[in-house]
Amino acid sequence: MPQQASPLPPSAAAAEGGSRRARLGALVLAPALVWWAIFLALPMGLVLATAFFKGGAYGAIIYEPTLRNLERALDPLYVGVLWHSVWLAMLTTAICLVLGYPAAVYIATRASARTRTLLLVLVILPFWTNFLIRTYAWIVLLNREGVVNGALEGLGIVDEPLSLLYNDAAVVLGLVYGYLPLMILPLYAAIERINPEVLEAATDLGARPLRALRTVMLPLIIPGIVAGCVFVFVPSLGNIPVPELLGGGRSEMIGNLINRQFLTTRDWPFGSMLVLALMVLLMALLVLQSFVLRRSRQVGVDG
Amino acid sequence: MNQGIRRALVAVVAAATLAVVAACGGGEESGTAAQEAGPVTLSVLTFNDYIPENLAEEFEKKTGNTLEITYITSNEDGIAKIEGAEPGTYDIAFLTSPFTQGLIAADKVEALDGSKIPNLANLYPEAAELAYDPGNAHSVPYSWGTTGICWRQDLVGDTVVDSWSDLLTPDDNLKGKVTMLDEDRWLLEPALKTLGFSLNTTDADELQQAVDLSIQAKSTLLGYDAETFYSKLVSGEAVAVQGWDGWCNYGTAEDANIQFVIPSEGSDLWVDTLVIPKGSTHIEQAHQFMDFILEPQNGQWVAENILYKVPNKAAMEALDPALLEQFPNMAIPPATLLEQEALEDLGEGQSAFTDAASKVKAG
Repeated sequence: MPQQASPLPPSAAAAEGGSRRARLGALVLAPALVWWAIFLALPMGLVLATAFFKGGAYGAIIYEPTLRNLERALDPLYVGVLWHSVWLAMLTTAICLVLGYPAAVYIATRASARTRTLLLVLVILPFWTNFLIRTYAWIVLLNREGVVNGALEGLGIVDEPLSLLYNDAAVVLGLVYGYLPLMILPLYAAIERINPEVLEAATDLGARPLRALRTVMLPLIIPGIVAGCVFVFVPSLGNIPVPELLGGGRSEMIGNLINRQFLTTRDWPFGSMLVLALMVLLMALLVLQSFVLRRSRQVGVDG
Repeated sequence: MNQGIRRALVAVVAAATLAVVAACGGGEESGTAAQEAGPVTLSVLTFNDYIPENLAEEFEKKTGNTLEITYITSNEDGIAKIEGAEPGTYDIAFLTSPFTQGLIAADKVEALDGSKIPNLANLYPEAAELAYDPGNAHSVPYSWGTTGICWRQDLVGDTVVDSWSDLLTPDDNLKGKVTMLDEDRWLLEPALKTLGFSLNTTDADELQQAVDLSIQAKSTLLGYDAETFYSKLVSGEAVAVQGWDGWCNYGTAEDANIQFVIPSEGSDLWVDTLVIPKGSTHIEQAHQFMDFILEPQNGQWVAENILYKVPNKAAMEALDPALLEQFPNMAIPPATLLEQEALEDLGEGQSAFTDAASKVKAG
């Protein structure tokens, strides 16, 4: 470590550095904040405002305040679409967690340094190809004339090709495939950071493996689990191409419903109201996330 | 969050809201804008790959006018561009008949001077009897067609596919191998026609019945597909689909077992048209363009390359008979097309219709 050359006493140096750092921080943050205001806050404001106006023919917006869109969005039909989306996204998240956890543990603790790099590259490799193309690939694999059905028929396991596509299972499969890396990476980061000696200490102090896992390991990686779940859940919930391509448009998710309001039916006010509903849901989720994180930190300190 | 930032945010949102409210204040122009004489650049709104590649070149050779083409992805997109831009931004727009009718009703397109479009004489007499614009007073037709069932004759056993109910309540040969269109005006078509209602209905009770029937039919569908239905027929994944006549031909081109039939309950008639949006400062030259587009070789290009029928008699008669043999639906006569129900602008009723379609997709 380089020698301290400051002529000021340590506390004064810290205070001075603190305010200078604050100013520097504001300066560094300014471009991001301006960006955020123009490209996030402003459009969001527009969406919020639009949600309470009337939609006219051919996409016109009639500037008369109304609650009609809210009423329509609360129709059991559309609430059902939202619920169905939440359910599929939750299922996707759960499957990703179950599949991703062992993979992350292996990569973080068991693999040699070289294998670890290789495995991490493999995890992010799919991102080098467009998501849409990778989703189309599943159609080639799963359709009635596809690779999977061909193999099953060739092996004599089935006589008739199976209908593997255009149902909820295909949608969940596509989502899990697409977002599994977003679960593995934060889990890996969290597990990798744990000092193995901590677990050893727990064992030395008499904790059985399961107890060590539950009271020592789990609180330490909860931030990783929560981050992974949010990373998977959020894009799954609002996903458009997967239900469209693998679900055959038969069971809509909220993203498709919103997409159609803006592009096909051009009912921007109703679309905005649905966006608003989705945002409220996601905000609730983020509040839940920070609550869980705070709890886990407390447990970490108290325990 | 910092108090200052929060206040700034509130200001930004408020400003945005004001901007939205201000944007609606624009007044409506009426009457004809001052015209520009001589060769000009015509601004054209059209769909991708929908006009011959050398059209601009040929048009310039003939009239000296150049073209500036803006592509639209859908009719709704086209309408949004016309309504969102300054009047006079676009001189020509390609739009499908119900949208054309809506613009005419709203007085947003220029009336045409037929004497400046002598090539109107190339059209079938039926093309002047179209309900959305009788006498071609505001639009010229570019292509036309209908929607029906596109099916694999060799994959349905002894089932005869000839009615919408074959798609809605498929027998065992078809079950799970049927797709339908999910574009609003066509999504409810099989149900509305089976129930004997108009495709242009906005009656809440009729729409509800059609919604119920369409939702019931979802359980036996393979899926909704308005983009690749003909590929699904080629691969054999689907054996009978609701599809547009022209697009069915793209399947037939790959597999001659793919056939097209107009269902016995009847179907729709759509016409793609050209209009001059109000406010154009190049009305004279736009007429020249319309006349040019009605020359037989341009209609022939559409028939041969897009595989759409055209209302241009001279163009249809110039086609190689082998083409009509390969794609039998190209030979559907204009009289048969006109027997189908023309899709109309629903005006205020559009939102009830859209709502019904959303219900089917969500249900």
